[in-house]
Amino acid sequence: MNTAAFIIIAVLTLSAALAAATLPQLIHATLAFAVAFIGVAAFYFLLGAEFVGLVQVFIYVGAVAVLIVFTILLTRRDPEKDHGFNWTGVIIAILVFGGLVWSILKTPAVAIGAPKIEALTVKRIGETLMTDYVWPLQCVGVLLTAALIGALILVMEEKR
Amino acid sequence: MSAQSVDQVFLYVKQWLLSLVGGAPEWLLQILSALINIVALLGFFLTLFAAISVLERKILGRMQNRYGPNRVGPFGLLQPVADGIKMLIKEDIVPARADKIAHFVAPVLIAATAILALGIIPYGRNMTPFAIDGGILFFFAVGSMTEVGVFMAGWGSNNKFSMLGAMRAIAQMVSYELPLIITALPVVMVGGSLSPDAIVDAQGGYSLGFIPRWYVFSPWGAAAFILFFISGLVESNRTPFDVPEGESEIVAGHMTEYSGFKYATFFLAEYLGMFAVSGLAVTLFLGGWHAPFKFLEIIPSYLWFFIKLSALLFVFIWIRGTLPRTRVDQVMNFAWKFVLPMSFTCVIAAAVWHLTGRRLSGWLWSFAVVALVYLALSRLLDTRKKFAPRTYRFAE
Repeated sequence: MNTAAFIIIAVLTLSAALAAATLPQLIHATLAFAVAFIGVAAFYFLLGAEFVGLVQVFIYVGAVAVLIVFTILLTRRDPEKDHGFNWTGVIIAILVFGGLVWSILKTPAVAIGAPKIEALTVKRIGETLMTDYVWPLQCVGVLLTAALIGALILVMEEKR
Repeated sequence: MSAQSVDQVFLYVKQWLLSLVGGAPEWLLQILSALINIVALLGFFLTLFAAISVLERKILGRMQNRYGPNRVGPFGLLQPVADGIKMLIKEDIVPARADKIAHFVAPVLIAATAILALGIIPYGRNMTPFAIDGGILFFFAVGSMTEVGVFMAGWGSNNKFSMLGAMRAIAQMVSYELPLIITALPVVMVGGSLSPDAIVDAQGGYSLGFIPRWYVFSPWGAAAFILFFISGLVESNRTPFDVPEGESEIVAGHMTEYSGFKYATFFLAEYLGMFAVSGLAVTLFLGGWHAPFKFLEIIPSYLWFFIKLSALLFVFIWIRGTLPRTRVDQVMNFAWKFVLPMSFTCVIAAAVWHLTGRRLSGWLWSFAVVALVYLALSRLLDTRKKFAPRTYRFAE
């Protein structure tokens, strides 16, 4: 049953990702992108990483997709201007893909069977975040606050 | 039949249904079990939707000193059937320049997210349709997908009123999602779990022998409950926060170009969202399916949940019948200047309550924190505006 689910999700995710890369309308591409995000979240659920899957939906579909939509709406678009085929993009994509394949093949964990780990509960993630990783967490918090304040300053009306 | 078996009657029915296919393999049983849960959930909430749509009109009628629907069936109770038939046979108009796919998928997506959000709520003892570890997170994750749906509706209609309405809706939903999540946070902190079942369990029992241990009876819980309820009102786009579909300004917001059953689907989604957010409020703050007094525990748990849910739904309707619509800037200012700081205060007050031992002294300390911040905020945000004749900037 897991194999069947894997195949269905993989086909859906890949076709959504392909649609996101090829659709002519930017908004359609964004919506296809959101479907791909949901597919990735479904993979996390399949692997038993419930929390990561939920966070994936929460952040990528709920926030990042909406952010992209807003960016498209608030920027100007010139439909006439044709940029031609994007060779730099192809090269970067091939480089990233090659790097990922290389690092996956180099990882020793793929070759040996993974040891049985206890189920990753939300509680354990929370405890780890609040004890071992409390400084990185605080740094991320400061960074996000700075981004929030920066955005506020950008949109603030200038006093005359 | 004992009280306990009445309490679990739906579980027995489900087990009996599953026993009909006794020899089936494990995976088929799993799928069937999930399907039974889904059918029960949909059946119940669609019926409740039909009932509440006529009850709302009746209650609003009573509040405004008129009859409300009373022609179809006894006391107008068959009104939803008539409405449903009307909506089904209406012409479905799609604008010529509309984005057909986005226009079609939007109402489906919005209704689907509302139904998914309903799934994690414990409706009674052992009665959670999808019992998952991070249930509360699931609720908000699914809820955040609504914004994409609203955007698709607004953009797909290719109409400026739709687009304006969608932008307003998204702005408002993003702003109030934050307080909605942060007011749920103290409950998660105190309950020590993201699972709704564990949170309801943590609210069982009675302090001093008669006061139920619901979180709404602690100062931080009461404040968080009110803020959560307000944010829930905004999230479900109900009056007084129905700015996105303000009829007097932008026709019907993102629903302008929808007709027939697609419009009805939006309507359905609004009500299902209302049920979901009320159900979560009951779970988080009002003790879920727990009875308020020991001697009332003979009444089955799901009935208690339903009573609390109905009470909250009545408040939704009551507010709709009482308050006028707010302006866009008022909604946003209220979110960022008042609701958000108060939500953070609730988190701190809950921490204070926990650290001072969850007793009377802790109760008083957390009350002091909430009251102090509330007074300071009301002093800070006081614009000292007096009621005066309105001045117009762009018109005489």
